[in-house]
Amino acid sequence: MSHLISAIFQPGFFSNGPVHTAMIIGGGAAVVSACIGVFTIIRGQSFAGHALADVSSAGGAASFLLGVNPMFGFLGMAVLAASAMELIGVSRARERDLVTGIVLGAGLGLTALLLYFDVTSHSTTGAATSVMFGSMFGVPASIIPAALIIALAVILLVIIIYRPLLLSSLDSTLAAVQGINVRLTGLLHLLMLSLAVTLSAMTIGAILSTALLIGPAAAALRLTKRAGTAICLAALIGVGATWGGILLAYDSYNWTPGHGWPVSFFIVSIIFVVYLLTGLRGQRGRFAIPAANSLVRL
Amino acid sequence: MFSSFMVNSWIVATMVAIVAGVTGLFVIIRGNTFAAHTLPLSTFPGAAAAKLIGVNELWGLLTFAVLGVVGISQLGRHQRNDVATALTLMTLLGLGTLFLSLSNEYSQGVYALLFGQVLGVSRGEIAPVALISVVAVGLIILLFRPLLLNSISPDLGTARGISNRRVELLFLAILGLATAMALPVVGALLVFSLMLGPASTARLLTDQPLRALSLCVGIALLTVWAALALSYTTNWPVGFFVGGLAALSYGLGRGWAWVRAARAIHEVAAGR
Repeated sequence: MSHLISAIFQPGFFSNGPVHTAMIIGGGAAVVSACIGVFTIIRGQSFAGHALADVSSAGGAASFLLGVNPMFGFLGMAVLAASAMELIGVSRARERDLVTGIVLGAGLGLTALLLYFDVTSHSTTGAATSVMFGSMFGVPASIIPAALIIALAVILLVIIIYRPLLLSSLDSTLAAVQGINVRLTGLLHLLMLSLAVTLSAMTIGAILSTALLIGPAAAALRLTKRAGTAICLAALIGVGATWGGILLAYDSYNWTPGHGWPVSFFIVSIIFVVYLLTGLRGQRGRFAIPAANSLVRL
Repeated sequence: MFSSFMVNSWIVATMVAIVAGVTGLFVIIRGNTFAAHTLPLSTFPGAAAAKLIGVNELWGLLTFAVLGVVGISQLGRHQRNDVATALTLMTLLGLGTLFLSLSNEYSQGVYALLFGQVLGVSRGEIAPVALISVVAVGLIILLFRPLLLNSISPDLGTARGISNRRVELLFLAILGLATAMALPVVGALLVFSLMLGPASTARLLTDQPLRALSLCVGIALLTVWAALALSYTTNWPVGFFVGGLAALSYGLGRGWAWVRAARAIHEVAAGR
């Protein structure tokens, strides 16, 4: 038994500083992303979620260039992009996707340029990888307090505006009739989305943060129709996948000597496997989802 | 700028622009923006995998393009479209990080694949790219009417006996082909910019499908040529110019549409 345990948890796993930091920040990112992800799916804004994350990579690249804390870079750019999308504000879904795409393209172009400057001025070739695919074990411990405050603030905000947010996500016309400021809840959702994306961009990387945002929430919404339960389930799946991924990545240093496998790969794989498994759960789950909008209950 | 090693780049970039322009118009009309962004990103692990096992890059790209198309359409059966697309994207990208990390070319590889590398086009790469472009454009011309009908009104298409699912799958396949060939030049992250920018601008300028198509190709060519020239002179990445110029052309298109609308209102008001 103890052999098995020491085979699963390689020596040093629990006493390793970077692993601690990764587990705390990764866990926080997973919980927040899962919460927001459920609303994002119900609102049909997966693309916006992905786009915000991608554009925030320009901020990450800029912070590498300036030598400041990457969290503020990601955060600044994500908020900027969210406001740009909100300002151009187009109500028709198709046109909205188009504007999102154009903003995304311009933002990614900027990332390309900033990363190029990173490489030429600092001769650090690692910037592209750590910005786009994350550097879980490279997150400085000093970020923990700020990251946890952001995470708590988002969760608190979700609890406070839970009902209006959910109602306006499910049916914006009905919400408007009930006197809910739909525009404001939309804006708050985008803001929380950028905060969630910031946290996960630092851990599993800007272009992969979609995995933490959409994956667990999609799996959870296949299991239950209740939004509240779905949020809790999604948070569980997200945290489980993140911690499992960290553990496997730590272990992988022993599989291919001297060369670990990327954490992001493990996290994404676990989430995808969980998603596939949730599909096995009989007819009820299967038919509930295509029309998630109309079936999710308050 | 037109020295011998750049000539190949100009030829390939021109073909890429034509294909991106043609497919881009349908991406816009069909509202497939997210898929157009996802396919290139889920195709790029193919290049890394090909490097890892030592086969031609194009095979890897095509294989993963197929995986992406199958993923989006299969997951889409039980799931909302955008969620299915996001799931496909994250899974294939996750594989990409693994391949890149195992192939020990992590950093340089990532940058070139994501943001494009026009200077490294060899003579041998021209023929396959040309072949794929002919196939992709040929398919679109062949399917022009059903695609258009199905894109504008799926119900009308169904009434005429066109299967929506089949058209969607076919279009995704064409998109995958276009992506696989364009990726090494423009980079995974900005292929879709090249599809979106010119097409959205063209659609703002005209309502006529054929005129929009030629405008679209024209703007795409201008974008790519300008990006290539600027990138050559400044040494900055092509992707930056492609993304920026695409956004610029869309902005100009919206400005033009706004001016036209304002003038129309003015004329109506003056007529009274």
